[in-house]
Amino acid sequence: MDLRQETGGGLWEALRDAGAAALVTAGLSFPILALRTVENLDNKLELEQRWPLMFGAAMLVFFGRLAARVPGAGVAARWIVFVCAAFAAIYLVIDAWGMDADFPAPELVALAVALAAMVGLWLTAPFAATSALARKQQGARAFLGARSRHMEFAGVFALFAFPLLALWLLGPQGSLKWINNYGVQILIYVMLGWGLNIVVGLAGLLDLGYVAFYAVGAYTYALLSTVFGLSFWICLPLAGLFAAFWGVLLGIPVLRLRGDYLAIVTLGFGEIIRVVLINWTDLTNGYAGISSIPRITFFGIPFIDDDETGFAARFGLEFSPIHRTIFLFYLILCLALLTNAATLRLRRLPIGRAWEALREDEIACRSLGVDTVSTKLTAFALGAMFAGFAGAFFAVRQNFVSPESFTFGESATILAIVVLGGMGSQLGVAAAAVALIGGMEILRELDILKQVFGESFDPAQYRMLVFGLAMVVMMIWKPRGVVSSRAPSIYLRSRAAISGEHVGEGRG
Amino acid sequence: MGNFLQQLINGVTLGSIYGLIAIGYTMVFGIIGMVNFAHGDVFMLSAFIALIFYLALTQMFGVLSLPLAFILVLLGAMVFTGLWNWAIERVAYRPLRGSFRLAPLISAIGMSIFLSNFVQVVQGPRNKPTPPLFTDLIKVEVGGYDVTLSYKQIMIVSVTALLLAGFWFLVQKTSLGRAQRACEQDRKMAALLGVDVNRTISMTFVIGAMLAAVAGTLYMVYYGVVNFADGAAPGLKAFTAAVFGGIGSLQGAVIGGLIIGLVEVFFSAYFSSDYKDVAPYAILIVTLIFMPSGLLGRPEVEKV
Repeated sequence: MDLRQETGGGLWEALRDAGAAALVTAGLSFPILALRTVENLDNKLELEQRWPLMFGAAMLVFFGRLAARVPGAGVAARWIVFVCAAFAAIYLVIDAWGMDADFPAPELVALAVALAAMVGLWLTAPFAATSALARKQQGARAFLGARSRHMEFAGVFALFAFPLLALWLLGPQGSLKWINNYGVQILIYVMLGWGLNIVVGLAGLLDLGYVAFYAVGAYTYALLSTVFGLSFWICLPLAGLFAAFWGVLLGIPVLRLRGDYLAIVTLGFGEIIRVVLINWTDLTNGYAGISSIPRITFFGIPFIDDDETGFAARFGLEFSPIHRTIFLFYLILCLALLTNAATLRLRRLPIGRAWEALREDEIACRSLGVDTVSTKLTAFALGAMFAGFAGAFFAVRQNFVSPESFTFGESATILAIVVLGGMGSQLGVAAAAVALIGGMEILRELDILKQVFGESFDPAQYRMLVFGLAMVVMMIWKPRGVVSSRAPSIYLRSRAAISGEHVGEGRG
Repeated sequence: MGNFLQQLINGVTLGSIYGLIAIGYTMVFGIIGMVNFAHGDVFMLSAFIALIFYLALTQMFGVLSLPLAFILVLLGAMVFTGLWNWAIERVAYRPLRGSFRLAPLISAIGMSIFLSNFVQVVQGPRNKPTPPLFTDLIKVEVGGYDVTLSYKQIMIVSVTALLLAGFWFLVQKTSLGRAQRACEQDRKMAALLGVDVNRTISMTFVIGAMLAAVAGTLYMVYYGVVNFADGAAPGLKAFTAAVFGGIGSLQGAVIGGLIIGLVEVFFSAYFSSDYKDVAPYAILIVTLIFMPSGLLGRPEVEKV
């Protein structure tokens, strides 16, 4: 929904427009939303009718569109109507699924609320100060854009302190969830996001098969450790090396292609890797995957409950499985910070500036003598290498790998993180990973959602739905990302943050 | 010999379906130079719409005649899939015309993810077994091997041929087709000469979706099962077909579709069915490297 629509035309036009949009929505939802195919006891399909859903969707679009088009209203008032419309629709849905039976006629209540909001809209319209809001937004953008050294240090310090703080506050039992489900899980995606950011954000190469390199890294460690008994610390660089090698192997033929072709070829490559992992059962054990991969050691000292050789005994601590988790947290944190540091350094080197120039205008680069293929290849290989590191970490954390972990959905999630973070922005990518991965974990734990939508409600089901929609909305609303200002990689006298509007990829 | 003939029949059937989808890719690419990443999922959506229409007609309205029901299903799926693609273009692609290079592609990828997950959420993640239709078979013995030709296959190939004829007429002989070809050659000039470019692009998406809807309906009938994830693989294969035939070329898309269908079927019959999905990707990569303009496409000229 584009809420910045031009406000031309009178009320009648706005109503007609909203009505048309609502009709289209009804048409769209008529076959697919209002009628649901369900299997009956004989395993035959039957149709279940859900007309209120269709009505609710149409109503939501009607009010949303009206809020966008209604003449002479301020932004805040528009949002009020839109939120009311959303409430109206949600009430309808709840009513449709019979979850809130004792609520009297929710449609009427919702309609009344929405109408009241419309009246409010008219009253507040003259006072709505759009410019004030715009100024506030600009301030926030400048605040986010100005990354001082102090803030960076504070952030890194906070990350290092996080597991110890959690352990101190919640004890070994309570902190496990926070360190593992939130800390380690989010950091893996931050690292993958930063790795892909080199390829997509800096070099402007849309890679849809990034997860293939993650898989190469994971299987490298899984196979080398289970077959040859190599330790993680030897396998980690090897995993990165192999992934980079595969990156070059794929890159050499396909990097001559234009952007959209490259996207599809990389998607195909990701699928090929997965199909091979599934079918080459002699090597990879197929769908069953590789289990009992050796666990992480503290540079050779295992985290086991042993009086002689265990980590806890050597350091005079009481044994607790949380030690391993905390070590994993620091490991992935260091790997992620390494990715970030490498990216920031590379951006200032000639190769990094060549990437960004290439992203802006390939023809100009070629005419200035930049070797486009080898420049792209470096970006591809480096991005793949970091995915390989992350893959090895994934394998040692799970002690189990199977092709199921490396589907297109995973590539799409990483891409969504990079896109929503604003392609090229390190801070934005990290923020997007926290919001998308951490937000999903939080949603999963919220009991209130279960109370409203019933016990079987699982927000994870809607995860990719929201990611996909968010990618579309992001492209329309803020194609350069939410944190859309960038400090220049190289500068003459002063290092001024510039708006993302100016560093956008070449327009047109 | 018998086996060969059998695979040939299967390949042509599958190839017709791919060809119909490939036209959608190639038309959109020709007119706005964008790979419509969501097209495979529009195809999957159309298969669901067709299934729902079929169930509604037979269970709620009691339509008993199979040919009548089939024609109504086909029309319904075409109209509603066309509406979907029209709306997708309006919401997700049109605002991005003139935006930076990757924007429409990322938007299309987002749309593709949205569509498949939307269908998963509203229709459920399980395979939907469709009622068996057109189950009669013709058996001929060739060289000691029973070659079967099902009514389904005859129906799929003939419906495809009929629609392609209609589509060819639309593109070559009507004013809409003329506008389309004009926009493909030079959008700015066409606009100056009074062609409504936005409307023409919208119609291109609608027509592409309608052909995909025919493919979706036929796919549902042929395989007897639909699933929310069914858009990705056929979509990618059809895209390969469009590239192989020369992207932007309509005849190329149909020929490419037939070839990809044949390759897939013969590959799984004579080599390995585990790796049958790999063969089209390999063709895609080889085509893009060695003959990027495909069989019938125009070589791409880069202008500064």
